[in-house]
Amino acid sequence: MPVILWTDAMIFLLLATILAAALWIRKRPHLVLPWQRVAKGSVGMVSLLLLSLFVLVGLLDTMHYRAALPEKSNGQTVYSAEVLSVFDALAKGIKSRSEKTYSAPLAAYLYAKESMETPDGKILRDYPRLRYGGVHLADPQRELLGDVLKRTVIGALEGLLIGVLLITVSNMLLHFFVKLRTVGSSTGQIISNDSWIFTFTRTMKNKPYRALLITVLLLAMLLGVTANLAAVYHVLGTDKVGQDVLYLALKSIRTGLVIGTVTTLVMLPFALLLGIAAGYLRGWVDDVIQYLYTVLSSIPSVLLIAAAVLMMQVYIEMHPEWFETSAARADLRLLFLCLILGVTSWTGLCRLLRGETLKLRELEYIQAAQAFGVSSSRILTRHIVPNVMHIVLIAVVMDFSSLVLAEAVLSYVGVGVDPSTMSFGTLINSARLEMGREPMVWWTLAAAFGFMLVLVLAANLFADAVRDAFDPRLNRTEAVA
Amino acid sequence: MKSDLSPNQLHPFPSVLAESERGEFLLNVEGLVARLNNGVRIVDDISFSIKQGETFALLGESGCGKSMTALSLMRLLPDGIRVASGDIKLDEEDILALPEYAMRKVRGGQMAMIFQEPGLSLNPVMTVGDQIAEALKLHQKLRGDEIRPRCVELLEQVGISDAPRRANEYPFQLSGGMKQRVMIAMALAGQPKMLIADETTTALDVTIQAQVLKLLRDTQQKTGMALLLITHDLGVVAQMAHQVGVMYAGQIIEQAPREQLFARPAHPYTQKLFAALPDAGRSGQPLAAIPGNVPPLGTSLAACRFAPRCDKAWALCHNQEPEWTQLENGQGVRCHLYTSQIESEKINLKVPLSPGLSTASGEVAGEEGRDCSLLQVENLQVHFPIHKGILQRTVGHVKAVDGVSMNIPAGRTLALVGESGCGKTTVGKALLQLITPTAGSVRFAGHELIGISARQLRKQRAGMQMIFQDPYASLNPKMRVAEILQEGMDALSIANNSDERQRRIDELLEQVGLEKASKWRYPHEFSGGQRQRIAIARVLAVNPNLLICDEPTSALDVSVQAQILNLLKSLQQELKLSYLFISHNLAVVEYLAHEVYVMYLGRIVERGTVEEVLHASKHPYTQALLSAVPRIDGQGMKTVRLAGETPSPSHPPQGCHFHTRCAHAIAECRAVYPGETIISATHRVHCHLAAE
Repeated sequence: MPVILWTDAMIFLLLATILAAALWIRKRPHLVLPWQRVAKGSVGMVSLLLLSLFVLVGLLDTMHYRAALPEKSNGQTVYSAEVLSVFDALAKGIKSRSEKTYSAPLAAYLYAKESMETPDGKILRDYPRLRYGGVHLADPQRELLGDVLKRTVIGALEGLLIGVLLITVSNMLLHFFVKLRTVGSSTGQIISNDSWIFTFTRTMKNKPYRALLITVLLLAMLLGVTANLAAVYHVLGTDKVGQDVLYLALKSIRTGLVIGTVTTLVMLPFALLLGIAAGYLRGWVDDVIQYLYTVLSSIPSVLLIAAAVLMMQVYIEMHPEWFETSAARADLRLLFLCLILGVTSWTGLCRLLRGETLKLRELEYIQAAQAFGVSSSRILTRHIVPNVMHIVLIAVVMDFSSLVLAEAVLSYVGVGVDPSTMSFGTLINSARLEMGREPMVWWTLAAAFGFMLVLVLAANLFADAVRDAFDPRLNRTEAVA
Repeated sequence: MKSDLSPNQLHPFPSVLAESERGEFLLNVEGLVARLNNGVRIVDDISFSIKQGETFALLGESGCGKSMTALSLMRLLPDGIRVASGDIKLDEEDILALPEYAMRKVRGGQMAMIFQEPGLSLNPVMTVGDQIAEALKLHQKLRGDEIRPRCVELLEQVGISDAPRRANEYPFQLSGGMKQRVMIAMALAGQPKMLIADETTTALDVTIQAQVLKLLRDTQQKTGMALLLITHDLGVVAQMAHQVGVMYAGQIIEQAPREQLFARPAHPYTQKLFAALPDAGRSGQPLAAIPGNVPPLGTSLAACRFAPRCDKAWALCHNQEPEWTQLENGQGVRCHLYTSQIESEKINLKVPLSPGLSTASGEVAGEEGRDCSLLQVENLQVHFPIHKGILQRTVGHVKAVDGVSMNIPAGRTLALVGESGCGKTTVGKALLQLITPTAGSVRFAGHELIGISARQLRKQRAGMQMIFQDPYASLNPKMRVAEILQEGMDALSIANNSDERQRRIDELLEQVGLEKASKWRYPHEFSGGQRQRIAIARVLAVNPNLLICDEPTSALDVSVQAQILNLLKSLQQELKLSYLFISHNLAVVEYLAHEVYVMYLGRIVERGTVEEVLHASKHPYTQALLSAVPRIDGQGMKTVRLAGETPSPSHPPQGCHFHTRCAHAIAECRAVYPGETIISATHRVHCHLAAE
């Protein structure tokens, strides 16, 4: 039975909006142009590829369902109380293989000593073998390294093979489409005679495509290695209760994306509308909005968020009948956290936009529009908004990373996401105790750090490429041609 | 400017030093080439030399490489540009071979530079005294107590009154002209042998410009230093220079002593440049505008760079780059017209300066509509309140516009002139109701505009429109040309459907001389002149009767300015437009206007027809303004130098506002603001002296 949680609905809505916008833009050549420029930059394309991998994982993790249980009551199908996602089903292997407690990456032994009874009745205190990690090895002490290396090489080769296959197939598809389009035209004859190899070599002359190709191959190899090792090992180790950290990190991606995007969606209308209204209209509107954000930003935001979240928590607890499953409850808490973060974090961007609008409204093209008697709302939407969009874009991407971090801080205080929700924040929070432990458990933090770094960096670089592509002043020569 | 100009009329106005007194060559530049890292030549094979005590002017339009030449001399080129070849010798010392630490001694010590924008070249958090002291410590090795007196002495030398007090002030406490004086004092602190002035007076008002130019001349006379003057203003060159190098697209295309250059310009570009200058002599006829634009950097090298815009160009010009040719009279020129094999064709050096165009029927349109008044302004006032204290109480008013009355007949041009800060732009904006006037009446085509509702005002909007000063700020960079032109039509519902609008847009673009294809481009793809054409097309889209032109050509090059002025003039004849032309450029006003109003501190001090105001002015301020304009024929009228600067409009002086700067002020001027004195039917003036 499919389950649509609140945040799922928000994400699907967002996706639909983006698709609709893409279709709308496709019909307008002057709006397509900047996106074509993005496609010509290698940095933009590579970061887009990485970003889309994250988004893919996030989307798979967004499609929720409840599995049907084998037994039926009164002929009606009974569904399990646990809400699973498509991603959970795909990653069933690493999800189910949980150990007793900590184990290091690619280890065959537990990270903590235990008292074990030997066959001859003696009590021995030593590191026990893992339940799942490396069980196929007879003598891990000797065989582990060789096995890991073997699996790495095999995995890399498999990945490379799949990567090459993928590129070939997509190239064939591209060739096919090019043919399909040109068949009707007069020049179609020449191109349709070429083999698909020719299409490939021609595409490779493009620098961004070359960079993209290399990235695809490298990623395919990395994924191949990971998949191959994850089948029998815990690639990033296990956490305190023995859950695979790789699985936790992958599950955290969705939470990070939700907090980053939904919060931005909540914050943006406030910041944009209030900021430009204050800057453009001045007078009492400006006074009211300024007082509002000065007051709001002078309250410690952690306190405000804590108060709101705790109130919400109590409210939810008093109405358990609202929620069919615990996942729905955790999800509502996540959504509410996004709302609260959005309401408290719009002030910075608002202040920035107000300043920029103050500068813009004195420019002569705004006065020219005023002299035509153009209405204020039209001046705001046609003249001011397009000219502050670059600030919005940069601020949103910057906020994206800081919001993911804010979630970590809030989880630390205890007002973040539901403890059952996996997020980078909870991972980092648990690492607080692990780093102080002797011997140190470093892999949880490293995993969260690595994933967040790649995600935020890719988002930053992509936003940079988009901003450059949309700046008319930077694209002077090309636009003339 | 008269066409029968002869060299002896050009008496050396700035007689600094007689020819013999000028010393040996101080600076020698040979074959200087500066290029971008990608190989584009910014400065291309430039050679010139300057004698001691001599002023060499580099004249050229924006983007021709004159500033880059100056920066190469100082070795201060920005990143990405470097000197590729050439030879710079200052006092027999090879500048390009010096190590950086020795170069630092040369900069400021032997060669100093003054930049264009005085507001940006002083450090806002240091007192001006400290900033001069820095230069003194470095180059004069002065220590401790010696510095302060020398500082004050320098400030006095550049004509700053009350120098000991001023030395302790910060740059924001000084006016623009004073800041430029401080910059000159800083440059003089190292007692340089050569001073480079890069568009030093461009940002200043004419009266202040005259003061600064005089200061430079006097300083040169005292110290005997060489002066490299970089400017686009032919008037400044005529006043200051001994030798002139005309630059175009990175090359010096003509070099000559000033008298010869102004009498007989050899290169077609120089000839055109003179012809493109607006002036009363040709107010009936179109200006000889140079078609096209200054070529972008890195255009093909295998041809004469001016060939695409030159009407004398033939096949050779498009195929081969002309060599430097030295003419017998000391003039040098880079043009195929003067290379030896063509010499036999008898090139007439005495090309008439004025364009050989027959007088167009320019006056006709104006004469008809003289009686029907389009815009009547009575006692317009715009006061900005000054708020102070916690409660934001109003403690006073800046009287930006204080009782201005005017009357613009249909099809005529009324010019509003005055220094910056006198309130002329505020008048324009108040007429359009972009700024709400404090009091007064504005009647446009019989409808009162002040105090009516926004909806009624919108009906009147189409009739009156504005063209702005800066074509780079007046077009939204994120909108395409078609969208820009359509905006006004949409807002005022001019055309019925989108087809009709697109047709109208095509028509408008043609009318202002742009290609139809350009409507799908963004504004940044156009040059300054083309952008101003788009701005004109935008206002024409709503069929206005009156255009308020706020310094529409001050941001443009001379050759492009002529194109825009011609366009404005022909549009006036075609569409019977009226113009309110706001400008500080009296030559443009003389060329375009029918009537002139002179404004000082928010009030009209003199008004009348062009002839009356510009040739028989009665008010001392108008006279001073006129005499401060550098004229290219060197015929300065009797020089009325204005001391000081415009007082603040928040505290205008008692009595006549001008008495603080007026040389003829009498006791009465300090007590009472003069009433209107009627000189003739059209000529009125506010001055006690004229009343007597």
